Amino acid sequence: MTTTLSPGDVAKQISQRYADAVIETTDTAVLINSQFLLDVAAFLKDTPGLEFDYLTHITAVDYFEYFELIYQLTSIKHNHTVLLKTRCYGRENPTVPSVVSLWQGANHQEREIYDLMGISFEGHPNMKRIVLWDGFQGHPLRKDYL
Amino acid sequence: MALKTEPFVLNLGPLHPSTHGVFRMRLTLDGEVVINVEPVFGYLHRGIEKLAEQRTYTGVIPLTDRLDYVSSMSNNFGYVLAVEKLARISVPERAEYIRVIMAELQRIASHLVGIGSFCNEVGAYFTPFLYMWREREKIVDLFEMASGQRLLYNYMRVGGVSQDVPEEFIPALRRFLKQMPSYINEYERLLKENEILLARAKGVGILPKEVAINISASGPLLRGSGVKWDIRKADPYSIYDRFEFDIPTGSVGDCYDRYRVRVEEMKQSLRIIEQAVEQIPSGAVRSDVPHLIRPPVGEAYARIEAPTGELGFYLVSDNSIAPYRCHIRAPSLMNLTALREMMVGWKIQDAIIAFGSINITMGEVDR
Repeated sequence: MTTTLSPGDVAKQISQRYADAVIETTDTAVLINSQFLLDVAAFLKDTPGLEFDYLTHITAVDYFEYFELIYQLTSIKHNHTVLLKTRCYGRENPTVPSVVSLWQGANHQEREIYDLMGISFEGHPNMKRIVLWDGFQGHPLRKDYL
Repeated sequence: MALKTEPFVLNLGPLHPSTHGVFRMRLTLDGEVVINVEPVFGYLHRGIEKLAEQRTYTGVIPLTDRLDYVSSMSNNFGYVLAVEKLARISVPERAEYIRVIMAELQRIASHLVGIGSFCNEVGAYFTPFLYMWREREKIVDLFEMASGQRLLYNYMRVGGVSQDVPEEFIPALRRFLKQMPSYINEYERLLKENEILLARAKGVGILPKEVAINISASGPLLRGSGVKWDIRKADPYSIYDRFEFDIPTGSVGDCYDRYRVRVEEMKQSLRIIEQAVEQIPSGAVRSDVPHLIRPPVGEAYARIEAPTGELGFYLVSDNSIAPYRCHIRAPSLMNLTALREMMVGWKIQDAIIAFGSINITMGEVDR
C-alpha cells in the first residue's frame, strides 16, 4: 500500500532547509512558494528517506485569482507519495520554474499545461503548444475561456 | 574526396500504418540512422478535460470510454473510483468483483491488440494479429453480453456497474478461461522463439531502469525495464488485495522484454479472473447513488493499473453537479517521452519497432 506522507512532516523537513519555502500545509498537500519550487523539488528528490524519484503527474487548476499547480510525487523505492502545490498569480503571463531538469516525465505535461492553461514554465527545453496548433488563440482550460 | 552529407528530415505520420492512429514523428536521419526525433501530438484532441467540466459526474463516464478506446472498461474503472473517493460512495461486493473481472478481461484484450500490432511492425504482417483478434473477439462478446456494446462499453457507474451480468455470462466466462491458456500457448509456439522476432526485437530500443523511472513511464514499459511496480500490488485499489498474482518484469528493457511482460501479464490476468469467478457473491450491483452527485468541496486522485500503465483521474469538486476540474493522467503521454531514449542511434526500421513496443493509443495521448 502506498503511504501518503503527512504534509506536516514533509513541510517540517522542507522548512529546515528552506525556511521561507512553505506557505501552508493542508490535510492533503504542502503549499510552497513558487520561487522555491525547483529547490524544494530537488530537495525532495535527493534527500535520503524521501527520495521522490517518480513524478506521477502535474496538473493545474484555475481558481480565477490564481492558478494552482499540483505535483504528485511518488517514491518507487519507499512506496510513499506526497502532494506538492504551488500558486502563480496574474493572468497575463503566469510563470513557474520547470522541473524537467529533475524529472523528464514533466516534459509533455508542462507543455500541455502551457497549451491549455497558459502557464509558462521557465527553463523548459521546448515550451511550445502540444495538442493545439501554433497560432491558436487563448487557453481553453481556463475558466474564462468559454 | 569525402562526399558532403547532410541530415534528412522525415515526416512519419500522422497517417501511417505503424503510428496506431494519428501520431506524427519528425525524424532527423543521418543516412538510415535516427539522430533526433520530435513527436507531434494533437490530431485526436477533443478537449475531453474541458468537456468534462460541463457534464454531470455520471455524464463524464461515456467520455472516458473515448480515452484509450481499446480499453474502455479500464477507463471507466479509473474514473468511477475517483468519483467514489471524492464523494465517499461505497460499492457492493458483487459490483467490485464484476469490475475486476471486466478490467482484467480488458487487459487481456488490450495486450492482444498490443502484441498483435507489435508483430505487424516486426514483420509478421497480420498473421499473428488476426490470431489475436480471434481471441479478442471472444472477450468483446463477453462485454457485449454485459453492456450491449462492443467497443465503448460505458458499463461502470458511480457506486457499481450499470446492470448485473446476464445468467449466461459466468458459464461463458468459464468456457473462455478454459480455452484461453491453450491460445496463449499457441502464440508462444508461434512467436516466443521465432527467429525473426528475436532478431528484430532483442536488444533493440533499450530503456534503462533509471531512465524509465525518470520519465514517469508506467505499465509494461516500466516493468519491461525491470522495475517491479504495478499499482494493483503497490497501491491496491478495489479488491485487488484479495487475489494472488505475480508481477512479471523484464531484465534488459528491450522491445522483446516488453513483449514478454505483456504475454506473462495475460496469464496473470487469467489467474485473477479465475479466483474472482470462484469468489463472486450474489447481491446488488449498484449502491444507492443520487442521479445528480454533489461531492463535498475537495479533491481526489484515484489511479488504476490500466493495460498501458498508470491511469489516474484527478478531480476537484466545488460542490456542484459537475467536476470543477477533471485531469486525466494518461500513461501513454508519459510513455512517449521514452521515444528519444529508445530511438536515437538506431536505424529507422528499429525505431518503428521501439515505437510499437510502447503500445500507445492516441485517444489517450491527445484526449
